[in-house]
Order: sequence, then C-alpha cells, then structure tokens
Amino acid sequence: MGNVIRVQHLNYTYPEAKHQALTDVSFDVAKGEWLAIIGHNGSGKSTLAKNLNGLLAPESGTVEVAGMTLSEETVWDIRAKVGIVFQNPDNQFVGATVADDVAFGLENRGVPRDEMVKRVDESLERVGMTAFADREPARLSGGQKQRVAIAGIIAQRPEIIILDESTSMLDPAGRQEVLGVIRELKDELNLTVLSITHDIDEAAVAHRIILLNDGKINEIGTPSDIFAHGTDLLRLGLDVPYSEKLKDALIQRGVAMPKAYLDNERLVDYLWTLHSTM
Amino acid sequence: MDKLLLGRYIPGHSWIHQLDPRTKLMASFYYIGIVFLANNWQTYLMMFVATLFMIWLSGIRIGFFLRGVRPLIWLILFTVALQVLFVRGGMVYWHWGWLWITKLGLINGAFIFVRFVLIIFMSTLLTLTTQPLSLADAVESLLKPLRVIRVPVTELALVLQIALRFVPTLMDQTTKIMNAQRARGVDFGEGNIFQQMKAVVPLLIPLFVSSFTTADELATAMEARGYQGGDDRTKYRILRYHQRDWIAAAGMAVLTGLLLLLRAY
Repeated sequence: MGNVIRVQHLNYTYPEAKHQALTDVSFDVAKGEWLAIIGHNGSGKSTLAKNLNGLLAPESGTVEVAGMTLSEETVWDIRAKVGIVFQNPDNQFVGATVADDVAFGLENRGVPRDEMVKRVDESLERVGMTAFADREPARLSGGQKQRVAIAGIIAQRPEIIILDESTSMLDPAGRQEVLGVIRELKDELNLTVLSITHDIDEAAVAHRIILLNDGKINEIGTPSDIFAHGTDLLRLGLDVPYSEKLKDALIQRGVAMPKAYLDNERLVDYLWTLHSTM
Repeated sequence: MDKLLLGRYIPGHSWIHQLDPRTKLMASFYYIGIVFLANNWQTYLMMFVATLFMIWLSGIRIGFFLRGVRPLIWLILFTVALQVLFVRGGMVYWHWGWLWITKLGLINGAFIFVRFVLIIFMSTLLTLTTQPLSLADAVESLLKPLRVIRVPVTELALVLQIALRFVPTLMDQTTKIMNAQRARGVDFGEGNIFQQMKAVVPLLIPLFVSSFTTADELATAMEARGYQGGDDRTKYRILRYHQRDWIAAAGMAVLTGLLLLLRAY
C-alpha cells in the first residue's frame, strides 16, 4: 500500500498573518520511511507537522494519512495514527507520574483499564523506562521525559511518529538517548518517522530530506544530495551549534577564542575564566 | 517552598499509608466531628489514646506531629486563656475584677487544649500519609455524585491534577529566572519593603509570560494526544476499597460507640 502520507498542494496561512506559512506543498511518504524536514526558523516546518494531524486545518489542498483524508470527521482517527513528540519536554508531560502520562492518550480514547495497564507497561518497557513508572516528571532528565512522551505515543499504536524538534532542548547525551529509542522502535513497530530538525546528525540518518524554505519545498533528496550543498546548508537551515555561532561572533569582536570545538558547558567555563585574575 | 506547597507527605508502607485516600479523607473529617462529642476526662483520654495508636500505626515519629502544632500554638493558647479566665464554676483559685480562675475554667481550658491538639494531629496524619495526588483522586471520586447537577467533576479533577503536576516545574522556572535576574544585578530580599516589592516585578513578568507559553504548548500536546474532554474518558488510576478500609470504618464506629457510652450527659 506504499504511501502512508500523501500531501497535495497544501496551503496554510495563520489567522491574521499576511504571508502564507505553507505554499503549495506536495510530497509523499512511504510506509517505514524516515523523512527529515529541515529549514530555518519560520520556514514552516512545525506548521507542516501540525497540518498533518489536524492541529491546524489546511486552507486548501489535501492531506491523506494512513488512507484517510483529513477532515473534521477523521481528525480524531488520524490523531490516533500520528503521534507528535514536541520540543519542550516539560510542556507535554500531562500526567503526575510517568505511568499516568503514558496512560493519558489511552484515557482520552476510552481504552478499557485492563488493556490500558497492559499497554502502559509494554510501552514503558520498550523505551526502557519501566523502573521509573512511579516517578514524578520533576525527577527526570530531559531525555527521560522525551522517552516517556514517546512511550505515550507508541501506547496508542500509531503508524507515524513526528519528532518536532524533539531533541533540540536536550544535551548531546539526551539527544542520542532519544534518537536511539526512535531507531529501535521504528524497526520493531514498522513506524514511519518524520523528524523536523536543525541537527545535522539527526537529518543524516533519514532516508530522504525535505528542505523547506519560506513555506515552500526547496528540494527533496537523499542526505548525500542535500549535504552536497556544503556551507550553503547553514543558509538553508541546518543549525551550526549555538556555541560555535557565539564563538564566531566573539572572534569577530576581537575576543581571543580557542580554535577547537567547544560545547556549551566548556564554552561557559572558558568564558567565565577568561577575565578572571585569580 | 517546595515542601510547603506540596504538603508534607512522608513516603511509607504502613497500614495507614495503604488505606484508600477516600477512607482517610472521610475518616479524618468524621474523627474531627466526633472529637466534639468528648466532654469528660474519660472520653478525652480515650480519644487521645486512639490518636496515639493511629500515629503509631503510621510509623511516623511524633516529632512531625508536634511540629504541626507549633504554627497554631498562639491561637490555641489564646483560646485556652479565654476559657480559663471567663468560665466560672467550682472552686475559685484567683479573681480580679471580672477575671476569675476557677476549677471549671481550668478543666475547660485543658479540654480545649487537648481538642485542638487532637484535631491538628489527625489532619497532620492525613497529609503526612497521603500524596496530594491521591487526595485529588479522593476528592474527585467523592464529588462524583455532583455530576448529576452538571458540575464538571472530571474536568475539575484534571485541572487540579495538572496544577499539582506543574508546581515543581514552575518552581524550577522561578529559580532560573531569579538567577538570571541576579546575574543582571537584581537584589532579592534586600532593602525596605518597597524595594523588595519592586524587585519581584522582573521575576513575575517573565514567569507570567512563560506560564502562558507552557499552557499553550500543553494544550496543543493534549489535543495531539486525543484529549476531547467529556465523560467518555476511561481512568488509569482507580481507587478500590480493601479489607483494611472496612476495618478502619469499623474502628471509627467502635470509637463512636465508646464515646457515646462514656461521655457525660
């Protein structure tokens, strides 16, 4: 049955906005594919994600997901098929404990309790968070919270999982942790993954990359096609790490900085010792 | 501050901890009600022993309970003093103008004191052995009949649950913003009251703004996960009465019987 997502001539404008956020976007996603969507801030990536599960209603054009055309009647069925892991780990954690949060989506769908308990346990097992079932979110790391969010989604047995910059607020370890879980689950459960990202490593594992620019599809291609653009990538939206950008800006202002790559923590350490005389 | 807002729950697996939160909530209110039936030393002694027994069952040190009395000690002493000075009867020990210290006054004062302490111990026992979340569940379950008159009990319970869930998150944000503002030279807790109030403004505004962002993103996430409100939702967390809840109820009944038997008429 080939394509699990089919988007045709999708247009979207935010209420009260002058410019279209998405203009004539068309693409297909094959079942089991890993598709990355890249583009700089404001290019329409998140808007596109929200149009795929009816959080925003397309202005014109059609969105087909798992054989259903998105409309008011199908929106809740489609949401069951499409899970989104959002950017901020805290602001999508609804339950008071890990198990409660995983159960939230199931409660919404009126899944009977016995089935719910079974699926919660199974999903936590899959993301390796069983030992944390009774923990409160305040006592989890960002990566762990995102794993819980993933568990909450796979408990609903979706076909598609969308990562909406889900790793952008995590440290490198948390990022690896989350991507590792996604990679495993994708194979085990035959999921289709759409990852919206600024992270070059995350985009590199995709089968295909969609490059969005100003609400339009600029290019669709394999990672090697896209990465062949080299430094243009920066302009097109893959992010150079924040610490590197800051370092460049400081060098331009005449501050002496080491050549080697510094992550955020080491950059902070370097900066606060820079003028320290002790 | 964390402790203050989230109650003072002490994790444990005692007999009391394992009671259904509804039982604990109802029993506490019931107990506070029947304390007022006690009116002689036998009944007060019995209630006191019963309370100590429940505290012993909870496995929590008595110190925690005494600490519960401390914030209210002036109110208690004031009430006791009123009883001692204004209630007249029996042997007169001292009097001056319209102030009397009599035997009856002293006895009444002592009873009032014990009554206060018992009520505080009991409510402390409830909060020390029950998680706020379980209490929220208990309130939801007990208020369920109100659905008949269209009170949105399920929604209110979810609001309460999310509020509890976000207390630590907002605390975290507050600390972060405070540190960020300190780094920019804001002094918290220094200067006179007006300067202190002014210092809170650069804390409150970012906190306010970020709460709205949080609320907005949370609502989106909830919708993406199929939240539509209403009563068709099933519940993951369920409350079940067990044998020990019936035992607790029976204990309360026996206590009431003894009280009625022993109290002075």
